[in-house]
Amino acid sequence: MTRPTTPDSDGIVAAAAGSGDRPPARRGRRRRGNPDNQVVPDVEFTSYYGRPVVKASPWEADIPAYLFLGGVAAGSSLLAAGADLSGRASLRRGGRLAALAAISGSLYALVHDLGRPERFLNMLRVAKPTSPMSVGTWILTAYGPMAGAAGAAELRGLLPARLGPLPLGWASGLLGALARPTGIAAALIAPAVASYTAVLLTDTATPSWHEAHRELPFVFVGSAAAASGGLGLITASSADSGPARRLAAGGVLLELVAERRMERSMGITAEPLHTGTAGRLMRAATACTVAGTVGAVVSALLPGRRGRLASAASGVALLAGSACTRFAVFEAGQASARDPKYTVVPQRERLDRRRAAGSG
Amino acid sequence: MSDLLGPRDPASGAGWDDAPPRKGFFTDTSVCIGCKACEVACKEWNLVPADQAAGLSMLGSSYDNTGALGASTWRHVAFIEQPKRAGGQDLNLPLFPVGPSASDAVNRAADTAMTGDRSQLGTDTEAVDLGMPGFQLPGQRADRKDERPRTDFRWLMSSDVCKHCTHAACLDVCPTGALFRTEFGTVVVQDDICNGCGYCVPACPFGVIDRRVGDEQTRNVGIAQKCTLCYDRLGAGHTPACAQACPTESIQFGDVDELRERAAVRLATLHEAGVPEARLYGEDPEDGVGGAGAFFLLLDEPEVYGLPPDPVVTTRDLPSMWRTAATAAGALLAGAAVAFLGRRR
Repeated sequence: MTRPTTPDSDGIVAAAAGSGDRPPARRGRRRRGNPDNQVVPDVEFTSYYGRPVVKASPWEADIPAYLFLGGVAAGSSLLAAGADLSGRASLRRGGRLAALAAISGSLYALVHDLGRPERFLNMLRVAKPTSPMSVGTWILTAYGPMAGAAGAAELRGLLPARLGPLPLGWASGLLGALARPTGIAAALIAPAVASYTAVLLTDTATPSWHEAHRELPFVFVGSAAAASGGLGLITASSADSGPARRLAAGGVLLELVAERRMERSMGITAEPLHTGTAGRLMRAATACTVAGTVGAVVSALLPGRRGRLASAASGVALLAGSACTRFAVFEAGQASARDPKYTVVPQRERLDRRRAAGSG
Repeated sequence: MSDLLGPRDPASGAGWDDAPPRKGFFTDTSVCIGCKACEVACKEWNLVPADQAAGLSMLGSSYDNTGALGASTWRHVAFIEQPKRAGGQDLNLPLFPVGPSASDAVNRAADTAMTGDRSQLGTDTEAVDLGMPGFQLPGQRADRKDERPRTDFRWLMSSDVCKHCTHAACLDVCPTGALFRTEFGTVVVQDDICNGCGYCVPACPFGVIDRRVGDEQTRNVGIAQKCTLCYDRLGAGHTPACAQACPTESIQFGDVDELRERAAVRLATLHEAGVPEARLYGEDPEDGVGGAGAFFLLLDEPEVYGLPPDPVVTTRDLPSMWRTAATAAGALLAGAAVAFLGRRR
């Protein structure tokens, strides 16, 4: 690919896309066909020494880890509340504990990612609907204590019996009484926990995030359902695991369909989802997710211990697939911000179209 | 949500009563000489430390060793070398400029006229190419003395800065309220509020704001930093440091309304003078960010200067994004409910 910003032999940068002398034939610069056997056709564009136009987020692995954990927590709360109301004890216990652990991990990741972690509480100064991070903070502020209380009630059962009932007997009783209402409250907030994180990414100038804004929430809730269903397959007994299996299968279906639609609607900014780290993660995500789903369906037919083990293995694959999806989307966005192509080309095409229509 | 749809006057839109006229910059790049006085004055006045994200290095991008705007670079002078004729310098000669460097010919002529012997005046030197930036004219090569038309060449220089958008994505997405709209209609970070969440960084369509990196002694390390349009100087009735230091008035400071008029006049002047490639960037209140408080006169497409050709504030799509997310959340809730409808095994 010949970038116009490569210095020529005289050391002069041929940033040669001046408007005055640009021939009209340059519209539609994306080469048709595939002359060099390349997977992706080249695009001509101009940049300032190939440097990025927008900045990649300063976020590190904390944020995609949070996207994954938040999804696990949300789906687990939903499964736990349903299990509570339908009398599936092992699914309920596993879901509540998973939600508690995942949301605790989320909080750690979110605080750890800050440039000034000690100022975390400044998030609570304001409530701004224009800031998905502010909205998310308040969603988590509502969700966290509910999921926490329901999870704490399940923790009681794990404590050795000789520690009770003194001196926290009354607290233990209170937790027991609150478990169901807080668990249901957590489940009602949980869908927001799972879907707002998509807006967190798409409400940026990062090309491969913003251009995904029509479909990414569906990819993310599908991924959350798949992951939490997978975790349910690990924690619940065979008798209780039906809803987890169905949630996982439905989630995978939604995720895969939404992801395909998303890539079609993203234009050139879908490219980073197929290349480099993000591409490898995305392929791993698809492989894990499909394998996990097949395993989840087949394991339902296997009897006894073999079925239980196969279910658990499928659950691990579904969790891994969900994690890979989140890291892939995150990395694709970072890569798209670092390459000026994904900022300049879509904007240039939009501008040229508008000028051609006579309103630019 | 008023920031998304927004009144055209950002200060009153943000709730300021009796706000003074909106302040901004008009950066006329056609008179920028690339002296970087703006970069230096900004660093000095605002106590901006060395840019540890970029480091001290030769970037191989003409005279630009600053790199890009960032947490510790609030003014950035871009240098672009182009094989194009500089605007307004056409002498109407068909091969202007042509031939070998004038200085050699002048030396020879002086020798011949005065002594008839080149060495007498010590002028028997010919330029030798040391591979350094030299004094020969653009396109002239020291090792090629033969007649050869010079290439067209021009140098574009432009001092970039925060645009102080009418619809500012950084301000919209800030979850702590650290970024705020001043009474002058500018966008400023409150250093003591920002917790360094970094959300403003990918939100900015111009790649201006960044989180400062450095060791623990670095001032304001870990929090978002960018141009304040010298909020402290404005409050005292002074001109921002960069505009004050600019020796050619390439950086003009003033009321945005007046600057827009000045920009229109300057654009017409340049077009009349035979610089058809001159165009304004960021001055249009109808553009994707509602018009910038700091706008530019450019001599080429924006992307040549590292600017986005058609920036749009990301929060313009936020209402539809929230609707999509709500639909997806509903789908998850319904899906989870359906998962429990099945028969018990």
